[in-house]
Amino acid sequence: MIVAERKPMEEIKQMVAPYKKLLLVGCGTCVTVCWAGGEKEVGILASQLRLARQAEGKEISIIEATVERQCEKEMVSELRDKVKQVEAVLSLACGAGVQTMAGMFEETPVFPALNTTFVGMPEQEGIWTEMCGLCGDCFLDRTGGICPMVRCAKGLLNGPCGGTRRGGKCEVDPEKDCAWVLIYRRLEKQGRLDLMKKYYPPKNFRAVKRPGKIQAVKA
Amino acid sequence: MAVSFKETLKTKDFIVTAEAAPVKGSNVSKMIEDIELLKDKVDALNVTDNQSSVMRYPSLGTCLLVKEHGGEPVLQITCRDRNRLAIQADLLFAYSRGIDNVLCLTGDSIDVGDHKEAKPVFDLDSVQLIHLVHIMNSGKDLVGNELDGAVDFCVGASATPSSDPLEPQLVKVGKKLDGGISFIQTQAVYDFDELRSFVKVIRGMDSKVKILAGIVPVVGARMAAYMNENVPGIFVPQYLIDELSQTPKGKGVSKGIEIAARMIKQIKEEKICDGVHIMFIGRESRIPEILEGAGLL
Repeated sequence: MIVAERKPMEEIKQMVAPYKKLLLVGCGTCVTVCWAGGEKEVGILASQLRLARQAEGKEISIIEATVERQCEKEMVSELRDKVKQVEAVLSLACGAGVQTMAGMFEETPVFPALNTTFVGMPEQEGIWTEMCGLCGDCFLDRTGGICPMVRCAKGLLNGPCGGTRRGGKCEVDPEKDCAWVLIYRRLEKQGRLDLMKKYYPPKNFRAVKRPGKIQAVKA
Repeated sequence: MAVSFKETLKTKDFIVTAEAAPVKGSNVSKMIEDIELLKDKVDALNVTDNQSSVMRYPSLGTCLLVKEHGGEPVLQITCRDRNRLAIQADLLFAYSRGIDNVLCLTGDSIDVGDHKEAKPVFDLDSVQLIHLVHIMNSGKDLVGNELDGAVDFCVGASATPSSDPLEPQLVKVGKKLDGGISFIQTQAVYDFDELRSFVKVIRGMDSKVKILAGIVPVVGARMAAYMNENVPGIFVPQYLIDELSQTPKGKGVSKGIEIAARMIKQIKEEKICDGVHIMFIGRESRIPEILEGAGLL
């Protein structure tokens, strides 16, 4: 899933400062799960903006809405009438959602209320961790299902750097595990350490030609 | 004229190199003083590459200064700041100017340096960098194009004997050895039992590679505690911390020099490994005192 966090309130306030009529749009998929941009978060942000304007003695009118997936044109198109009633849209979706909205309603400024951070998974209640760097050239068959591209702070392909901290923690953050220590332990458990001893040549960083576009064939 | 490091590695019983850290700025006079002071006292001057991810005068430029002043430079290249094109271009330039020793490093994380918002590159890792240098040594670039004018680099790598856990680190060192390296420079070592067992493992994988133990003088108990807490891969044992804490105020640097000299002497006398690499950052001018104390001058 895509993981995002809400931008600081000050930044959001500044983005929408010139507008009196706003549409706040949440997304019912990834960012709902990571507590950043679902229906509930739309409600909270709307209340905070109303209170902030009130404190400044300025008026604001906010429409709240949440679509199932803001990255799909069909689902976003149902907001057409609401967009017509406002001066600007504040999107609580990932970057793909914000851009879908902005592309659908070109006459109206669409602002991001979130910072999209990574593709990851919920590790425990309230904690999400990065799992995939979207490189287009998956390496997980060689590393026991642990991605060194994103879980190693340096994205190294041939083993740990010299900075591993005591107990197998990362040079960059003692709270995080060294991905290569995790890979070593998992491959050892599976009797497949020979995979780690192999040399892996420089990665093809153009496996996805940016900007990415895929023409899929229907099964 | 300095003896080539490649030749030194083949012929000398006990090899001594020192680290030369570039300055932050364009005033190179202090570096030139240090180079002049050290060039005939050590077998090579090993120049750091934006060490600790702090932006400085380039490794390549400093290596040129070493060369111009009659020393033997080792060019450190990290994978942090340059992609595969830039690294190859730098290697061609280095070789064309007589710099033919290269130490292949991953590089510290951007997060520990002074430009924390920079984009980390890591297009290659240190093992891939070693392979790249050998591909260039064979007269080709990374994608197989012929080079007009080949290169012939002497290749080295680093290792951390005190890694915890050690096994994943040893797998990596094994891959560096397979890639083809003439010397290994270790992270700072203080525990000789640890160093001995590390050397034994390396010898089991490669009998010819020269192993230089990293020597970082510790100039006070507080510095030792700080290093243990904050510098990954370094562990100063308690007995040294005790010795340092009993040192009178103002005598820390002299004590650090004395301990470093004593360690080097022991490594040499007991033939624990093939030499040492002294890293005394910011106090390069005091390195001769260490060498003198170790009986190497």
